[in-house]
Amino acid sequence: MPLLTQRIQDESVQYSLVASLDNVRNLSTILKAIHFREHATCFATKNGIRVTVENAKCVQANAFIQAGIFQEFIVQEESITFRINLTVLLDCLSIFGSSPTPGTLTALRMCYQGYGHPLMLFLEEGGVVTVCKINTQEPEDTLDFDFCSTNVINKIILQSEGLREAFSELDMTSEVLQITMSPDKPYFRLSTFGNAGSSHLDYPKDSDLMETFLCNQTQVNRYKISLLKPSTKALVLSCKVSIRTDNRGFLSLQYMIKNEDGQICFVEYYCCPDEEVCESEY
Amino acid sequence: MRCLVTGGNVKVLGKAVHSLSRIGDELYLEPMEEGLSLRTVNSSRSAYACFLFAPLFFQQYQAATPGQDPLHCKILMKSFLSVFRSLAMLEKTVETCCISLSGRSSRLVVQLHCRYGVRKTHNLAFQDCESLQAVFDPASCPYKLCAPARVLGEAVLPFPLALAEVTLGVGAGRRVILRSYQEDEADSSLKAMVTEMSLGEDDFQQLRVREGVAVTFCLKEFRVSLPPRHVPRRPGGPTPGLTALPLSPSQGLLSFAESANLSLSVHFDTPGRPAIFTVEDSTLDGHFVLATLSEPDPHSLGLGSLEPRRPEPRLQAHSTPHQDDFASDDMDSYMIAMETSGGSEAPWARPSGSPSPGPQPPCSPAPPSEDEDEDEAEPTTVPGTPPPKKFRSLFFGSVLTPMRSPQGPSSVLAEDSDGEG
Repeated sequence: MPLLTQRIQDESVQYSLVASLDNVRNLSTILKAIHFREHATCFATKNGIRVTVENAKCVQANAFIQAGIFQEFIVQEESITFRINLTVLLDCLSIFGSSPTPGTLTALRMCYQGYGHPLMLFLEEGGVVTVCKINTQEPEDTLDFDFCSTNVINKIILQSEGLREAFSELDMTSEVLQITMSPDKPYFRLSTFGNAGSSHLDYPKDSDLMETFLCNQTQVNRYKISLLKPSTKALVLSCKVSIRTDNRGFLSLQYMIKNEDGQICFVEYYCCPDEEVCESEY
Repeated sequence: MRCLVTGGNVKVLGKAVHSLSRIGDELYLEPMEEGLSLRTVNSSRSAYACFLFAPLFFQQYQAATPGQDPLHCKILMKSFLSVFRSLAMLEKTVETCCISLSGRSSRLVVQLHCRYGVRKTHNLAFQDCESLQAVFDPASCPYKLCAPARVLGEAVLPFPLALAEVTLGVGAGRRVILRSYQEDEADSSLKAMVTEMSLGEDDFQQLRVREGVAVTFCLKEFRVSLPPRHVPRRPGGPTPGLTALPLSPSQGLLSFAESANLSLSVHFDTPGRPAIFTVEDSTLDGHFVLATLSEPDPHSLGLGSLEPRRPEPRLQAHSTPHQDDFASDDMDSYMIAMETSGGSEAPWARPSGSPSPGPQPPCSPAPPSEDEDEDEAEPTTVPGTPPPKKFRSLFFGSVLTPMRSPQGPSSVLAEDSDGEG
């Protein structure tokens, strides 16, 4: 990318963050998977970037793009945090069009001078350069779901293929999605209670789709379906998903996503339960 | 009731439900000894559809628990359709489908066994109901044509999606002609396009027709979810008729028949009598019954050799004002009168000069056998929607006068005529 590096060298500024990608889609695709609110918080360390989106103080989505994904990744400070309009950021990243044209790649150079400065994006495709400056905002505290592996009671790893249609066909007239995880039947069950009646989707523990099944205790938890529905985007992109619940009924969904270059990125969703139920409703 | 569908038949069942969903909002499930019947009717009672799946269609079929009467139930079409929403997914992942109905649990249970051991269970609420019957008899229709569904599907393709009615008729050389119907010729100058498609005799497996016959039916679904089209009344002009509607009931059956590689038969009679579309194979049959316009289309097919079946001067039909001799313009009281009188002919007389001379027999010979009609929403009094005046209701034989006197707005249309001349 001689064009972009030239431009940077001409300016005698010190950037807190410089990140370069030969293929901007390795970033934009992951960010689309968590784009269910306007604003996001970006958090960067020398290990990589984490982008967080929250809703209703009940659900949080995080996209992790490790330093290794970038062709160049320099972070001058311990950590950098800013809040940004994710819609605008995605529009800029897709400025040359969102559908991949075979053979053409859009390159990205992302630069941030520090607190109070806008985020600079330099995008280049076929010799054409676009420069975007997006204002950054005061970072807000993000929720800490305090979800740690030691408190995990039930864990399942499924191939995403098995859940994709189920999630896209969820009965949205139901207010909640009820998740049952149990060492006994029905093992893993997704239930909705909508206008038409109730629907249950059962996955047996010995299904070919099941990569890992570690359930110690029967847990039945309900989550607001409107909060979880956006996770379908991440599910569609992913090849595997891990579903974990802890002793409070908090839900952690972790999606393993392979980008166009075969590199692995992660997206995770945390959601707190709607209410405690002792037995499922039929 | 308990029945088990396996393999490719799951998708066939799903397609049938999709076809039915184009017609009505409620699905009537009637398990009978001769098979499982799925029926629906549209809100204005001018379209009825029914699929009968023989016991052979199922891997297991039990109409009723021994010793008990079979249950009839009706269920919201939306609910049942949600089970079969994605046909592609049905084909790809569903291995078997089990439908069971138990009066005790008051739930219709549909269980899909899918790939990878995944099981989907839907517990759908239903209502007990009486049997939904439409009285019609394809054998009593003098005219019949039968062709592979593909042929008819291709014939309908050129017609614009927004087209409401189409005329099917037979012209010179026994060519079968489909033509878009113009209901208001005063507007015809505004309409940009008339589409006509003609098929030769050789395209049909069976053609038992006479040259000159034609019927006009609605190519579109009879949903009242769209706002009515207000056409100002012109003195001496015909009444504005149906609203433009999306989707197509007969196309629903067409796409079902095409995917199952079946032939479609069309049984029809004089204008005003219902047209019956049927498909069948060894394990199922489907009937779609659509009302037809009760007067012949004056522009019908534009054929020189067209012989009018009746001696009336067709072209005058639209310009002659007609008295509305109905005992009452109120659809409700008429329907009730029909039912209590046992479905005998309507107490009205048509003035001379009408398209059909003499007393017109009701298009449906027998009274309906469903009991809940009085409770159901009146088909033609949905607020804001002008009733389908030109189409006869299939079940009640009610013949709403096709032409209305320009001086007297019908009380049924009162709410629309407030602001109009």
